[in-house]
Amino acid sequence: MNAVSEFLAMGGHGAFVWSSYAITLVVLSLNVLQPWLARRRLVNEEARRRRREMT
Amino acid sequence: MNWSFFHKLGSPKWFFEISGRWLPWFTAAGVLLLLVGSVWGLFFAPQDYQQGNSFRIIYIHVPAAFVAQSCYIMLAVAGIVGLVWRMKLAHVALKCAAPIGAWMTFIALVTGAIWGKPTWGTYWVWDARLTSMLILLFLYFGIIALGQAISNRETSAKATAVLAIVGVVNIPIIKYSVDWWNTLHQPATFKITEKPAMPVEMWLPLLLMVLGFYALFTVSLLMRMRVEILRRENRTRWAREAMEKML
Repeated sequence: MNAVSEFLAMGGHGAFVWSSYAITLVVLSLNVLQPWLARRRLVNEEARRRRREMT
Repeated sequence: MNWSFFHKLGSPKWFFEISGRWLPWFTAAGVLLLLVGSVWGLFFAPQDYQQGNSFRIIYIHVPAAFVAQSCYIMLAVAGIVGLVWRMKLAHVALKCAAPIGAWMTFIALVTGAIWGKPTWGTYWVWDARLTSMLILLFLYFGIIALGQAISNRETSAKATAVLAIVGVVNIPIIKYSVDWWNTLHQPATFKITEKPAMPVEMWLPLLLMVLGFYALFTVSLLMRMRVEILRRENRTRWAREAMEKML
């Protein structure tokens, strides 16, 4: 356990290293999530439009 | 020279089909490279003898900065192709790549600031490299805003293409800023003509991370472009058929 917390502390630089990696992870995920959501929105719109045309 | 690939490249239908086949490969490669690269960089790469563990930020800072600049060059090339050959796909690429480039510049700036604190004792200085990267971010913002402000698609494409081309002058300034001005920012880690000054176990994970960032950039770009193309081509038969499959 001590070894783990020592590793996480990174010799006093832990906060800098981990916050950088966390921010990067969030931003990169956002860049994939955003177009995925846009695609879903487009498909939903299309489905609604087709249902309207059917009735 | 056979130019048929160039005409194919201009065809949204062809692009939609081929990008659909490429996407899973780029996604797998990107995730794998980033995973291996960051685990290696965080857990196994040796400490820097001067900067200690804070140097591990290099494994995201440098790849993000690389992609941020390459992406801008790509915008300028797409702008030229769009203006000269009126290739619709080039405009789509320009529009879709700009926000990703802005995000990459954001990562480079933020991780750089966080790295600066333990290394230089400050988050920000008006150093030439930092300032020119900030200008890059504003150029991206300008291109995004200009694209959204003009509702006519043709005019908007032309205006953003011109801004992208003009702004490319900033790229060599970023690159040479560490040589031209006596700055706080350290000089380039990688030079094409020389062997890296780092030991292998330090730069190999960096190489993986750079490749991973490029792969993920491609994934995000292809995904955005595919949605944009479907939206623009929604009156054509192939796009309707493609949508049919997605429902």
